[in-house]
Amino acid sequence: MSRKASGLKAWVLQRATAIYIGLFALYLLLVMLFAAPASYAAWRDWFATPLMGIATLVFVVAILMHAWVGIRDVIIDYVWNTPARVTVLSLVALGLVACALWASQSLILVRLV
Amino acid sequence: MNTAQQRPVHLNLFKIRLPIGAIMSIIHRITGVAMFLAVPFLIYLMDLSLISEQGYQQARAIVHAPLGIVLLFGLMWGLSHHLLAGIRYLLIDIDVGVEKPQARHSALAVTVVAPVLGLLLTWGLL
Repeated sequence: MSRKASGLKAWVLQRATAIYIGLFALYLLLVMLFAAPASYAAWRDWFATPLMGIATLVFVVAILMHAWVGIRDVIIDYVWNTPARVTVLSLVALGLVACALWASQSLILVRLV
Repeated sequence: MNTAQQRPVHLNLFKIRLPIGAIMSIIHRITGVAMFLAVPFLIYLMDLSLISEQGYQQARAIVHAPLGIVLLFGLMWGLSHHLLAGIRYLLIDIDVGVEKPQARHSALAVTVVAPVLGLLLTWGLL
């Protein structure tokens, strides 16, 4: 499907994104467990800081790249019919791009509120 | 051609042996697919919670509703399993815990610890 995310490149991509996702998820969980923003204003201000905005966006994109490599493997395992495989892969890719744009829109808007 | 037909095929799920490593592995895959499906819903919640005070309260209400709590537990269990199993794979990549006894122990540990951690995280987050 894509030479940019297959073989060794996919292997490395999966691990690099996994490490970022794991560390940022840990950060999110620790904040939400021990220093959770107590009001809407505090919650919004947290995501409205430039560093948090970019870090969250990188988190979302890393999840989508990680999901692409993983889901592609699952689809290749279970969808053997080529037209069906191409259709499902395309729909997944389209869905992932839509999610990335949706998250970016949300994180840009919060800085304007 | 002929060899392909002579290959044994064992697809009977009740006859396939699933050692703990395989059980841990299939849960890693299932939790990955489940969290992939959860992504649009989580972005929806993030978007809703950030857009306005009213949206923030709505998002809180969704997460604290009975179904929301069950789904949050599912997410925390899935995340715990996927993350712990992922760390196990990364360690095996650098030759830590490759031997069969260690690999079996770590696979069992991941499978057992994940739901407990998921429960603790859900309890802590609510």
